[in-house]
Amino acid sequence: MKGSHVLELTRRLTEAFGVSGYEDEIRSVIRAEIAGLVDEVRVDTLGNLVALRRGAGAAGQPGKRVMLAAHMDQIGLMVTHIDEKGYLRFAPVGGVFGLACWGSQVRFADGTVGTVGLDGGISARDKLPTLNSMYIDVGATERAGVTVQVGDVAAFWHAFAGQGSAWFAPSMDDRIGCVVLVQLLRELAGREIAHDVYAVFTTQEEIGTRGATTSAYAIDPYVAIALDVTLTGDGPHTKPALEVYLGRGVALKIMDKGMISHIGLNQLLIAAAEAEGIPYQREVLQVGSTDARAMQMARSGIPTTALSVPSRHVHTPSQIVDRRDVAAAIALLVAFLDRPITV
Amino acid sequence: MMALCDRLERLSNAFGPSGRERDVRALLRAGIAELADRIEVDALGNLIAYKTGADPEPRLRVMLSAHMDEVGFMITEIQKSGLLKFQPVGGLDPRMLPAKRLVIGDARIPGVIGAPPPHLQSAKQASQPPRGSGGQPVELDDLAIDIGAESDKEAEAKVKVGDYGVFATQFTVLSRDSSWPTVRGKAFDDRVGCAMLVALLAERYPVDLVVVFTVQEEVGLRGARVAAYRVEPDAAISLEGTICDDLPRPPDVDLTPVTRLGAGPALTLMDRRLVSHPGLLKLLRDTAEAEGIAIQYKAPGLGGADSGAIHLTRAGVPATVVAVPCRYIHSPASILNLNDMENSVRLMAAALRRIGREHLERAG
Amino acid sequence: MDKAGIGQLLRQLVAIDGPSGVEALVASLVADLARDVATETRVDALGNVIALRRGAANPPGRILLAAHMDEIGLIVTRVEDSFLHVHEVGGLDPRALLGQEVTVYPTGPRTGQTFEVSETLKVFMDGKGLPGYIGGRPPHLTAAENRDRVIPLGDLRVDLGLPRAILESGLVQVGDRVAVRGPYTELLGGRVVSKALDNRASVAAMLGALGYLAAMQHSWDVYAVATVQEEIGLRGAITSAFEIAPDVAIAIDVTFGATPGLNSAETVAMDKGPAIGWGPNLHPGVVSALRKAADAHEIPYVIEPLPGDSGTDAWSIQVAREGIPTGLTSIPIRYMHSATELVVLADIDRTARLLATFIGRLDDAFLASLPEEV
Repeated sequence: MKGSHVLELTRRLTEAFGVSGYEDEIRSVIRAEIAGLVDEVRVDTLGNLVALRRGAGAAGQPGKRVMLAAHMDQIGLMVTHIDEKGYLRFAPVGGVFGLACWGSQVRFADGTVGTVGLDGGISARDKLPTLNSMYIDVGATERAGVTVQVGDVAAFWHAFAGQGSAWFAPSMDDRIGCVVLVQLLRELAGREIAHDVYAVFTTQEEIGTRGATTSAYAIDPYVAIALDVTLTGDGPHTKPALEVYLGRGVALKIMDKGMISHIGLNQLLIAAAEAEGIPYQREVLQVGSTDARAMQMARSGIPTTALSVPSRHVHTPSQIVDRRDVAAAIALLVAFLDRPITV
Repeated sequence: MMALCDRLERLSNAFGPSGRERDVRALLRAGIAELADRIEVDALGNLIAYKTGADPEPRLRVMLSAHMDEVGFMITEIQKSGLLKFQPVGGLDPRMLPAKRLVIGDARIPGVIGAPPPHLQSAKQASQPPRGSGGQPVELDDLAIDIGAESDKEAEAKVKVGDYGVFATQFTVLSRDSSWPTVRGKAFDDRVGCAMLVALLAERYPVDLVVVFTVQEEVGLRGARVAAYRVEPDAAISLEGTICDDLPRPPDVDLTPVTRLGAGPALTLMDRRLVSHPGLLKLLRDTAEAEGIAIQYKAPGLGGADSGAIHLTRAGVPATVVAVPCRYIHSPASILNLNDMENSVRLMAAALRRIGREHLERAG
Repeated sequence: MDKAGIGQLLRQLVAIDGPSGVEALVASLVADLARDVATETRVDALGNVIALRRGAANPPGRILLAAHMDEIGLIVTRVEDSFLHVHEVGGLDPRALLGQEVTVYPTGPRTGQTFEVSETLKVFMDGKGLPGYIGGRPPHLTAAENRDRVIPLGDLRVDLGLPRAILESGLVQVGDRVAVRGPYTELLGGRVVSKALDNRASVAAMLGALGYLAAMQHSWDVYAVATVQEEIGLRGAITSAFEIAPDVAIAIDVTFGATPGLNSAETVAMDKGPAIGWGPNLHPGVVSALRKAADAHEIPYVIEPLPGDSGTDAWSIQVAREGIPTGLTSIPIRYMHSATELVVLADIDRTARLLATFIGRLDDAFLASLPEEV
């Protein structure tokens, strides 16, 4: 893996704008990245970027149709009201934690920057903040100066940072999944793979796995794998038990709140990981889910699982992943696609 | 305007909780018999009306929907005392229930949800502030319907477990002022949508129109989902009655109302189930401007309509919502402004004349 | 097929462990049991077992019966020392787990192998799983203020009674499944206690119905599906209903049996036959036909009012594709989602007879009659 190349790719993808339902910018960034790596690209009704890398097939063993999904959207805030003084009230887009907001910097699609303020300011510092008691402050001193409108969306903003093997950004969920998918396509270039690979960069995962629902119906794959982040259980006082650690490899989903992975598909992935010596971790997640739960339910049912990059501080403005886990995810996908797939 | 108001009155007064929409469907079916080219009723009871477009082929297929069902009740037990236990059908605020009148079952038996007199307290409340002085809110388990029966036998002669009930509200005109014509009635969410759909069916448009009067929206957008799967539309717009909370605010509350009565059709940017398709939003904005129709935007992030289910069917459908503001929806009576309704019909008719493939695309 | 036969079926079905997502062993048994009474059986992509019993040469319609075969259970989230942390699969009440015998299914070592740590430290894998116990914490080791509190699932541990060294060698892994132990026991009055009556009682009723149908004429094709993953979101029903695209469907599940102390408005009488569901989730024409079938053959039943989501596979099936007229028959049981669920065997047999009778009466005219009734 070309280290600094993937780092720069991650910087580009994590810093692009794309709140659920408003993914135009990140979609065009990704579209540019995958040009030349795939045979067909289209954008569907929900805005999913659907790319097909046709398989070569193999004598006596035609390739299978594999769907890999990484979601382009990130959580954010939608402006609902602009008050007399120019402060912006908002509704959450996706799972936004009150605790993770006060003092965060946010950025709108056009680059306008704001800070999330708390009603009462310092005097309210000891209470658990609710989203209704917060607002976005664009630094205006009067209503007339505010160009933002009701309906505009903002994402949590911070520049990407790399430090040792740790990478930091507000949007690792799930731009790192997009990185894995883009880099996978790069590593497959020039390789002969039997299978048709649908690389789908989905929309609106954070507000209900919506893009995955319709794209899986359209593609109707033989197997499907969601590429997302997952939580880690390695923090202080972490409850409940979660045996996923930063730096110990890609997380293989056994079960989460939304679905139970296909056992046969997981066995194939485990066999590939063990054969190639790729570090992996067994994941049972008690809260949260991924596009996998939607893909599994398409049409007559699709054998589905998820491969996740462990991430600390998910759904906060500064999420951390380990580049070794990113490398493991890519390597495992290459190993998986390089073998026959029968479930 | 008169026809629209009369139709709204008949639809509002009709009995139609989620799962028992047959009376509303019969009323609508009679009303559209002459207007549609073909009519179907599907497995869940959705009423589907087809109207071929006037343009040459290929034509777009546009689905419009409004739900027939209203929030109601179901009898779950007949007690020895003759009182009836019940559960809500769809989402009800239990605080709305004490001292309300209902009608129950096919025989429309009148009943009341009794409110305990404020002078007396139940044993449970003994340690709490008395009800009359703003005590504890009622819980569903504490409530029962009284139809005047003194025993379970007497009650069983008139009603049975499983019977549906709705509020007994009758439609009333509040103001006939042409600049502010208002009416009050039950189930404006979404009989107003149904009334508008009938009005729209009166015309033939360039595009193929499929008008669906859906069932069971209130219990999870159920009818819309299967109807959209069947119809496979190129685009879908739901017509709704939506939250209107434009009451005077306390001085320290600086918030936009979800919608305002009289401010025109409300467009949805994002609700709990749908991010509106940008092309359809543009269509509606451009149409409103061209026709000189004042519109408003529903406050983002609240509620959900049939389009929330429709847009996720099959490979996805471009969808949005147009709504008429209704004060007090999900209470026994709502209030709406007939001008909002009229203007929503005008907006929709003009949009149907204007819609093209360019409105259904996504920026690459 | 008769009441004794139903008891035998049920006894076999509850003897196998099959928590949501790992139903394979139950699926095998169901396929075996269905073989004599079905024309073909197969297992689909997600593990649903589909047993087709063909009707006439040109069947007027296709009916789907769905009974979920998964049970609630636990899954290992961490191995700590010689104890296992677990999380629920489906809705478990942690209060009913204190003092609960369980069976742990390690996926690492193979059946027939001996998992060996040293000469003296071995465990033989016989495929039947390892016995374990959730004992809670002794009162004298619990802080005084917590002795009356419910212990949350996250604080409970499964004890396999094995030395720490064996567990540290990887005998049990994260993701391994745990089933509760609750053997089939006969009580008075034709009542039976067991774990997983939710929903093996319904699978028994469904297989029983196929048995009755084998001795009858029926023109419709019958797809009897033992679905997977109902307890975690009605999942198997969604995809199997899409796949089969039936004209009519009946889900078979269990419901809350009347128990002293519970709100009678929320429960159904025991030993009065199946509960036929009524509400938005259920098609009035199907309900009416079920009632007529029951009345014609003097099969007792009660009506269960369901004002919204029935909480069963019926909720998923009704909105598959273009919508499916759906019914629900539920067997009342006490103590649902514990290892000591209780049922009246006669109610299972009545359900089987009702389903067979209903199916036997389906004819050319039934489908056309449905739109009038909705």
